[in-house]
Amino acid sequence: MRNVFAVARKDLVVEWRARLLLVRVLPFALLVLVLFAVALDSEALLERAAAGLVWLAAMFAALLVVQRCYDIETADGALDMLLTSVVEPSRVFFGKLLAVVGQLLVLVVVLVGGAVVLYGVRVDAAGLVLLVTTVVTAVIGLASVGTLYGAVVAQLTGRDSLLPLLAMPVLAPLLIGASRATEAAFGSQTIDLATGWAWTALLAVFAVVFTAAGAASFATLTEPDA
Amino acid sequence: MNLPDESNDSVIQLRDVVVAPAGFPALAGATLEVRAGELVALRGANGAGKTTLLRLCAGLAPLARGAASVLGVDLSRDRAAVRRSVGFVGHRNGLYGELTARENVAFVGALVNATRSEVNAVLEEFGLGGRVADTRAVALSAGQRRRTALASLAVRRARLWLLDEPHSALDADSRQQLERVFIQATAAGVTVVYTTHERSSNSQPMPRTITMDAGRVVQDHA
Amino acid sequence: MSDTTPTPHGAALLGAGTARRSLGTATPATRIIGLLTLATMTWVVVSAFFITSPDVVQGDSVRIMYAHVPAAWVAYLAFVTTAIASGISVVRRHRTLGFDRVAGASAEVGVLFMGLALVTGSLWGRLTWGTFWQWDPRLTTTLFLFITYVGYLAVRRIDATPERRAKRSAVLALLAVLEIPLVHFSVVLWRSLHQEASVLNPDGDVRLDGLMLFTLFSGVVAFTLGFVWLVIHRQRLQALVDLQGTVGLDSAIAARATEAVLR
Repeated sequence: MRNVFAVARKDLVVEWRARLLLVRVLPFALLVLVLFAVALDSEALLERAAAGLVWLAAMFAALLVVQRCYDIETADGALDMLLTSVVEPSRVFFGKLLAVVGQLLVLVVVLVGGAVVLYGVRVDAAGLVLLVTTVVTAVIGLASVGTLYGAVVAQLTGRDSLLPLLAMPVLAPLLIGASRATEAAFGSQTIDLATGWAWTALLAVFAVVFTAAGAASFATLTEPDA
Repeated sequence: MNLPDESNDSVIQLRDVVVAPAGFPALAGATLEVRAGELVALRGANGAGKTTLLRLCAGLAPLARGAASVLGVDLSRDRAAVRRSVGFVGHRNGLYGELTARENVAFVGALVNATRSEVNAVLEEFGLGGRVADTRAVALSAGQRRRTALASLAVRRARLWLLDEPHSALDADSRQQLERVFIQATAAGVTVVYTTHERSSNSQPMPRTITMDAGRVVQDHA
Repeated sequence: MSDTTPTPHGAALLGAGTARRSLGTATPATRIIGLLTLATMTWVVVSAFFITSPDVVQGDSVRIMYAHVPAAWVAYLAFVTTAIASGISVVRRHRTLGFDRVAGASAEVGVLFMGLALVTGSLWGRLTWGTFWQWDPRLTTTLFLFITYVGYLAVRRIDATPERRAKRSAVLALLAVLEIPLVHFSVVLWRSLHQEASVLNPDGDVRLDGLMLFTLFSGVVAFTLGFVWLVIHRQRLQALVDLQGTVGLDSAIAARATEAVLR
């Protein structure tokens, strides 16, 4: 367990020092929200679509976070060293997962704030509980898929275009669930809170499935072969 | 597969080893034995198979044919098990640029439950004490980065160091420092095997020099 | 193509000697399958276009069904084949490359049939209901499956040793097995929110008489035979490609030895 925290801590310290999340990813995510507004050109529509747009922007930005998560390992060949030092590769997976979850939580909170400010969304007390639960479960699912598929493409050339192609279809259920649940939390006419909670349950299943899958396949995916 | 009599302090034993990751035999029948505490220089032209031999001993490359045993582990059965006790440093150093030398070594130390004093002791040993320890890796010189990578191996208590061209990109002073590090390590019982391009070495005492060519060991000067 | 072509295993055993023979991927078995495929396909085409009667409601556009339903069936068959072959190649310790090749071949052929199913389904919908696309669970899941497999094939194309390729692809295929039910389930839930009056499924409304049913069934058989034939050939082709890279490890070792002597 200590190894997991050591890896997570290391990832977060590196990220904090480099400040890429703060300086590049968050501005990018907010920019995406702004661009949606420009593209859709209807405040009523934006308010209705806010939930989906938030999670769409989150998905795009999450890919950047995951790429960075593995770039720090391949920059100086640290991944090989890491895998030869740690007894269980799955611990590396959990450590990286934790670090990515931390960064994505910050990202999504900022995006929700952006939606409140830019799209005029409002959240009441009951909706807030649902919103928080949705954000936590969705972020874990998003992070686990990203960390897993990030490992698949980590040492490949042309990985920047490969990661979205691989991860997006898998994230479709997450997008659907997170958007609908967040829509309910934002107080939609068409989805009530109860349905929103049902979607959150789906998100939880998704998170568990892909976290387990990631832990199980990480060793195979990163096994050195030459 | 029968390995010859294992003497107690035999660290690497290779017999007619073939390693062919993509069908091409990078190692085409290499035979070698290295004992504990030895300092071995592996020479040879590009493509002779030096890096592959190191990676095989580190448990990174799969064994295609022959018999190989490193630190008592049979590489044909379980090469993952050998990685824990072996330290491999390739052409790059495997450091995290944003972390300081101390933090880089401390991270590896955390993975093996080393104490803070152990980490500090290792940093001192490798000439990375004082201000250098708290400098970010990107700001360190090539020689300091190399020694930080080696310090990570030491803090992991790796008994066998496999270093791929550790002298490259180092100036004369740094090279001497590196040599000192090697001597200290072997004195402490660590086995050090490194590859080099150079034809002659000025280091004292002269290490055991093994020459490779076309995937085989062709010369062995003690 | 020689009648006594060695199997990939046989070729490996024979070593460099096979270089002299012409290498093809046909065997008596595949010839039979090929002929059967042709025969059944001919029957299906003739029956679909000329013998069966048009549907009461849809008219002649119902004939697309004879291509669409079998194609969709084969697409899912291919998916299951890839999944099982990948599963085996992960679990077994030795001789797993053959299963990986089957997984890859099945995915390639499957993508083809998936594309066909999507296009024919889209056309059918356009002819019957006026829209090219419906966001119903079946079509949407098939679309996601299609994209997933395009990604899978993209990863397989990356230059790597057969072993590495096998490992990576197998993990991806097994992850797809996890993903597809999740996708399907969430799309079902998603669309249920919209309370559509009728799920616009062209094939839900067609009343099939005996001959139509038989033609449809023959279509499924014909397409399945075609799938098997294609997968066998594609798998063998891949085996030969891989063989090119690894044939005669012994001769390569000997070649390296002489290289040193000559210097």
